[in-house]
Amino acid sequence: MSLDTVATAKANPDASQPFAELGLKPDEYARIKEILGRRPTSSELAMYSVMWSEHCSYKSSKVHLKQFGDKAVKTDALLVGIGENAGVVDVGQGYAVTFKIESHNHPSFIEPYQGAATGVGGIVRDILTMGARPIAVMDPLRFGPADAPDTRRVLPGIVAGVGGYGNCLGLPNIGGEVVFDETYLGNPLVNALCVGVMKHSDIKLAKAAGAGNLVVLYGAKTGGDGIGGVSVLASETFESKGPAKRPAVQVGDPFVEKVLIECSLEIFAEDLVVGIQDLGGAGLSCATSELASGGSGGMKVQLEKVPVRDPSLSPEEILMSESQERMCAIVEPSKIARFLEICAKWDVTVNVIGEVTDGNHLEITWNGELIVDVPPRTVAHDGPVYNRPMAQPAYINEVAKQVINVPIPATADEIKVTVLKLAATPNLADKSWVTDQYDRYVQGNSIQAQPDDSGMVRIDEKTHLGVAIATDANANWSYLNPYEGARLALAEAARNIATAGAKPLAVTNCLNFGSPEDTGVMWQFAESVRGLADGCLEMGLPVTGGNVSFYNQTGAVAILPTPVIGVLGVIDDVRTRTPMSFDRAGLDLYLLGETEDHLAGSEWAYMHNQRGGVAPTANLQREMRLIDLLVAGRTKKIFTAAHDLSQGGLSATLTEMVLRHNTGATIQLDNVGMALLSETPGRVVVAIDPAQTAALTQEAVTQKIVLTKIGVTGGDSLVINDAKISLVELRKAHTETFAKLFG
Amino acid sequence: MAKIVVDVMLKPEILDPQGKAVAAALPRLGFTFAKDVRQGKRFEIEVDGEPTAAQLAEVEVAAEKLLSNPVIENFTVRVEK
Repeated sequence: MSLDTVATAKANPDASQPFAELGLKPDEYARIKEILGRRPTSSELAMYSVMWSEHCSYKSSKVHLKQFGDKAVKTDALLVGIGENAGVVDVGQGYAVTFKIESHNHPSFIEPYQGAATGVGGIVRDILTMGARPIAVMDPLRFGPADAPDTRRVLPGIVAGVGGYGNCLGLPNIGGEVVFDETYLGNPLVNALCVGVMKHSDIKLAKAAGAGNLVVLYGAKTGGDGIGGVSVLASETFESKGPAKRPAVQVGDPFVEKVLIECSLEIFAEDLVVGIQDLGGAGLSCATSELASGGSGGMKVQLEKVPVRDPSLSPEEILMSESQERMCAIVEPSKIARFLEICAKWDVTVNVIGEVTDGNHLEITWNGELIVDVPPRTVAHDGPVYNRPMAQPAYINEVAKQVINVPIPATADEIKVTVLKLAATPNLADKSWVTDQYDRYVQGNSIQAQPDDSGMVRIDEKTHLGVAIATDANANWSYLNPYEGARLALAEAARNIATAGAKPLAVTNCLNFGSPEDTGVMWQFAESVRGLADGCLEMGLPVTGGNVSFYNQTGAVAILPTPVIGVLGVIDDVRTRTPMSFDRAGLDLYLLGETEDHLAGSEWAYMHNQRGGVAPTANLQREMRLIDLLVAGRTKKIFTAAHDLSQGGLSATLTEMVLRHNTGATIQLDNVGMALLSETPGRVVVAIDPAQTAALTQEAVTQKIVLTKIGVTGGDSLVINDAKISLVELRKAHTETFAKLFG
Repeated sequence: MAKIVVDVMLKPEILDPQGKAVAAALPRLGFTFAKDVRQGKRFEIEVDGEPTAAQLAEVEVAAEKLLSNPVIENFTVRVEK
């Protein structure tokens, strides 16, 4: 095929182009022609098609995501907001922390190991790009039914991929989720979070400023992997295309990434870059157009200087390739020698591929022939924006009328059977089978990891300053009421870091939904975003960034609306954190918060195939008072342990607490069935030394949180009213589920 | 007795970190002949007597389902005497 240059495009304006195959709609193609005043060259078409895909352009979500900016709280803690590779927040003592979650759902369905591995690699590079040293990762995962054959194919591969890549990088995996639901069969969710730390002065941005500065590509060579992966993998449902169009997946090399991290950090430390961008989805198309539009817009790139693994790659393919472990930097000419020297030291391939110009066009040449000549903003930021039609789906009113009808235990035998069933159900069972494949303690700064409520890492070894992060989504509630579901997930994530005594500071999100072309799904999405934005405003927490994953559906069946919310908090001294459980007898156990009849969307209802009912309403004012109480309980040394109540209610919380250090408890409950199974939000179990009773009561009164004594610690059983469950029996039920399912 | 050999290689456009590591190690040990190295795996399957066409077809199916990952790998099936 001959080279399609700008000159050819002008000379031959009516050549037919495969825009539809590249995922562009006729009106989008017409818009490109209008922008350029001619037909695009094939390279330009490739760039626009990937950058205007749903995955890169957020064309269906943009109008809604605006709320995160419009409703944002003004906070000095936010150093870099939405729009950069990741948001940056001030955590004190001169440190800044950056964190973000992204999805790698579709690639992980096709090739579980590599899909999950490159998901970790991609988010780590996003964090690195901000100038930070990545210090920990987390992975919320969702799968089809635990006993489905495809889950047995997908889950072990994804878990191994997450572990394989993260472990090789030497990054601790400090938490996440593993959730099963039939709607994720065929659409597993692999969300990857990374957190990094830096000094305030080290923040780097994606901009190409200063005419004459050099465009430098460094890291792995470019190959034919994942070509068109962004537009094709992430923007269409699987059924709509044959296998022929399915491109090769990317294969990651974590050892190259590790070297790239160290090389980049050394380059940053010597202040050798003006701007920097990692190459992720849409590869060079994305990096060059985003860097150029971050500056004045002018950039010249000589594409033949890009080092390739496969010499037969066409310029279009080089622009679209999603080869992993690559970075693009803007470097002043006076600093390039030192830049190259550092790359040579780390044995990192590096090439100057172009320069910043004082024009406003991104011009890309191939052996001297001009093949791309575009205003970069039109590629990177001025993509199509859709205000897609939406409508409340019919099921919303139907499920609201349904009455939950599940067995409520009352006798000793019923209580025992119920607690054991909940302990063993895949969604609540012990997840060690998964997390034992991850390195949780490498680097020696992990304070908390699974099965704690949140992950916590120390960021300063002298002052013991640390950060805690939790990710949560309750898709069952989001299904019943997407607005409340998002607010409840936010409250839960915030509570999960507060139980350890950390103060919530900032929010990230990964919004996983079905097809935006379905009016019902679009409504779920809009409601979730509205709920999250309102919730963040009310709680005074800034949204620092996020990611949207649409088209998670097989045929007409969409996944449950799954907004995964990540909350990051600060703790001034990790040594004073409140642990999730107790290790001695003689402590008093209290329930903070009131229990109401909330079985809708509960795990117990799910286990009885009941999806209906009315989701609880989030009371964020009360949640904030509870958070204040939890932080005060740590700083005033009132608590010995604190553990959140969420899926599985009090039954699951007690199970996890008594098994953690093999110390039993004797519990006395009124209305025992509902007390164990209800999932009323905003509740925490705390353990205190009886000497702290007055202090705890005082805090509860101050914060107006209902306080109920439920029992005492000690013994080798979990005793609930007349039911006695030995810890041996409970542990067996809790731990054997995953081993049985996945060997 | 004949052997059915299945060779599995990563598809040419797929990154091969192991092959790359070998390619980087060779010159360090003084072997300068290699321009590139790609690493794969080989299965030797023993059968009674001469493999039949039906057996080979079955091996093809097994190679697709178990021995290779068709998303990222190609394979070839042949008979070795």
